[in-house]
Amino acid sequence: MLKRPLAFRGGIRLAHHKYESAHSPIASAPLPERLILPLRQSAGRAPEPIVREGDRVKKGDRIAAAEEWISASLHAPTSGTVRAIGPFPVAHPSGLSAPAIVIEADGADEWGEKTPLLDSPARSAANRAALSPEETQRFLQNMGVVGLGGAVFPSHVKLSRAPNTPLQTLIINGAECEPFITCDDRLMRERADDVISGTLFLRDLLEVKETLIAVENNKPEAADALRAALARADAAREIRDVAVMELPAIYPAGSIKQLIFALTGKRAPAHVLPTALGVQCFNAATVYCVWRAVAHGEPVTHRVVTLTGNVEHPGNMEVPLGMPMGQLLALARPRPETDACIVGGPMMGFLLTDERAPVVKGSNCLIARSDAFFPPLEPETSCIRCTSCAQVCPQGLQPYELYWWSRAKNSEKAARYQLMECIECGCCAYVCPAHIPLVQYFRFAKGEVRAAEKAQDMAARAKERFEFRQLRAEREKAERAEKLARAAALQAEKLALAAVTDTDSPANAQTPTTENAP
Amino acid sequence: MIPLSSPYLRRSNSTRRIMRLVLLSLLPGIAVYAALIGPALLIQILLASLAALGFEFAVFFLRKRPARAALTDHSALVSAWLIALTFPPLSPWWLTITGVFFAIVITKQLYGGLGQNPFNPAMVAFAVCIIAFPALMSQWPAMSLSLSLPEQLELIFGFAPRLDALTSATPLDVIKTVLQKTAGITHGTVQELLMSQNLYGTFAGRGWEWVATAYLVGGVFLLIMGVITWHVPLAFIASMTLIALVFWIIDPSRFSAPLFHLFSGGSMLGAFFIATDPVSGCATPRGKIIFGIGAGLLAYLIRVFGVFPDGIAFSILLMNLCAPLLDSMSQPAVFGSRPQVRVPGEKTP
Repeated sequence: MLKRPLAFRGGIRLAHHKYESAHSPIASAPLPERLILPLRQSAGRAPEPIVREGDRVKKGDRIAAAEEWISASLHAPTSGTVRAIGPFPVAHPSGLSAPAIVIEADGADEWGEKTPLLDSPARSAANRAALSPEETQRFLQNMGVVGLGGAVFPSHVKLSRAPNTPLQTLIINGAECEPFITCDDRLMRERADDVISGTLFLRDLLEVKETLIAVENNKPEAADALRAALARADAAREIRDVAVMELPAIYPAGSIKQLIFALTGKRAPAHVLPTALGVQCFNAATVYCVWRAVAHGEPVTHRVVTLTGNVEHPGNMEVPLGMPMGQLLALARPRPETDACIVGGPMMGFLLTDERAPVVKGSNCLIARSDAFFPPLEPETSCIRCTSCAQVCPQGLQPYELYWWSRAKNSEKAARYQLMECIECGCCAYVCPAHIPLVQYFRFAKGEVRAAEKAQDMAARAKERFEFRQLRAEREKAERAEKLARAAALQAEKLALAAVTDTDSPANAQTPTTENAP
Repeated sequence: MIPLSSPYLRRSNSTRRIMRLVLLSLLPGIAVYAALIGPALLIQILLASLAALGFEFAVFFLRKRPARAALTDHSALVSAWLIALTFPPLSPWWLTITGVFFAIVITKQLYGGLGQNPFNPAMVAFAVCIIAFPALMSQWPAMSLSLSLPEQLELIFGFAPRLDALTSATPLDVIKTVLQKTAGITHGTVQELLMSQNLYGTFAGRGWEWVATAYLVGGVFLLIMGVITWHVPLAFIASMTLIALVFWIIDPSRFSAPLFHLFSGGSMLGAFFIATDPVSGCATPRGKIIFGIGAGLLAYLIRVFGVFPDGIAFSILLMNLCAPLLDSMSQPAVFGSRPQVRVPGEKTP
């Protein structure tokens, strides 16, 4: 275990803007009348609805079931009636609609049946070997546990063991490196015991050698709360291999490759998953949800969302999934000059295009935008190759080269300069003195590269199909020709025989006929 | 206006600020130089600046494009100031303007404007003028010469015949002639020779050593401000020191000491302000180091063995030629993978 975290290359120091929203405890958002629950709330395939319009549901009832491995179920955040299943506006950079289940709350907020995984004292005892990993994985999938850091990858999938490399390190990511966001900070401070319990649960399940909880050093209260909770857990049973590590607050410290390097010194090469290095990462809020699910039988129905920026009352709220974002932000009282709402952090988030779009599992923060907080757009000027972008790129890329090729729409060249390794952290665009929206260019170029790859793939398959067809046609042609030739030969032979039969014995004429019989 | 996509945070910085910092860091050098030479230098800077802005405006006017951004980004001023600082300060006005024309119109704007020029504009101006007007480009006023402002104005703007008496050999000229004329004759070290001609100061050419020191101060300021990185200046200084040291150790009667070379001619200006030009130079860290080494070595070789009095302009232009190749062959490793040398045209798997 490293004594101190290592410094990764590049990165930038940003004004944190954390204090505004981090100083007050997590509040409960009032229950809205209608909850809109988009089916797709995780990476992979969207779950299939298992309720119908008019059905009564209770809080925590499953309303959509995962039908594939990379998929997670969806649950009712409150009791009420299913009013509609159909397309609704969702928070997505594209501004498109997506299928959703609409629940009208009855106000009772009545829980359905809770079925924790650790339902008996025996199972929740220190020795959890009684649980098979597969059982836990299926349980978490049914509880809708996904990565709450933003990538919303179904957590149960990450519990599968790699066949060749044993897991050595479990990292709990509480870095929360983007400015303004404090939802994980407050969660770790206020519910540290649950975060630690979840961490220990995953540690036992994955049988790792060491477990590191990473917190940026701008959240000393969270780190202290976790250490205190760890000490309490240690009093119950000895824990030696779990440590809280404080990272220097350099953005993007919470990015997975940078985090793994800072904590373990392992560098994940391109296209290599962390598990291949023997490392697995979970977000702190995800770990909290894991524990609420396994110990209390509570599926993921709520999440903590930071409301901040140009608002009167910045803070954190525990929000039922499905609450319209406009309604939620209004609770924090945006000031008059607010002109937009940023979903997510200011470095990687996107603008809310429809106020009705609901909070989903991946929504960690809403920021009221104004020119006082965020600089307005400045005109793009020429790149002078000052290489500021390359100096801050945590991935070691040359954004000025990628920009050049992206702008020239030469996606092949851009790919050769490792465009696909870009993590879109935004450091390059942040420092660019020419005010070039570099990440915007890269997102576009990545789409081009993917399209080109797909087209190439399809062309290759079409070529294969075409060649196969050609081959078959040729073979058929050859077979036909052979058949014809044989028939002709037979005919000739028959004629010859007929000519011969007049003079010779008829027995010979029989032989070719039988040979040529199909 | 709200940016369309993230990041919504931007550091307050601009190309204009970078160029302004470069101009600012040239001020110590200009101050020392002007104190030694007289107001002629400031007149040249003003002349070159006005000409540069005029040519930029003319190009944008002819292209029917808004010139405002180009006129206010201060990049033309950087080229103009470098021309004024590298040309002899008593050059006639038309020589300076010819240089600026080649820098701004031919080298920069005809290749697409800011950020697109493969060669350093000021160095192209110097190279063109020293080839076209070698005599005028070699008339350096003696440091001891003090002319009044009207006399200097008369020289720059007047049509009077230019007096050779006004000019003197620079320390670099002297060592070149020494090298050519005195092969085989013993006369002590180069330093002693320069001292005998009253051209040696404290550690390098008299007067020029302080101009170079002021450039060094400005260059360090640029480093501290993060406008340039250490790679090019350090590689340049190291390679020039090393090659000068080798020759000096072999024969101190023909070759001068490394310190003399670093503080003579355009060495410091080249190392910190010209070879570091991001547009025409290398961009990768390893590329920058090779660029600096190459520029330092070539500058020494051209200065000592070539026909021109100084080698900075040609060494940097030659390295500008190599920069695209060096860049593409010195791509740093992506985080997590091993460094790889990429040969242009070859497909990486």
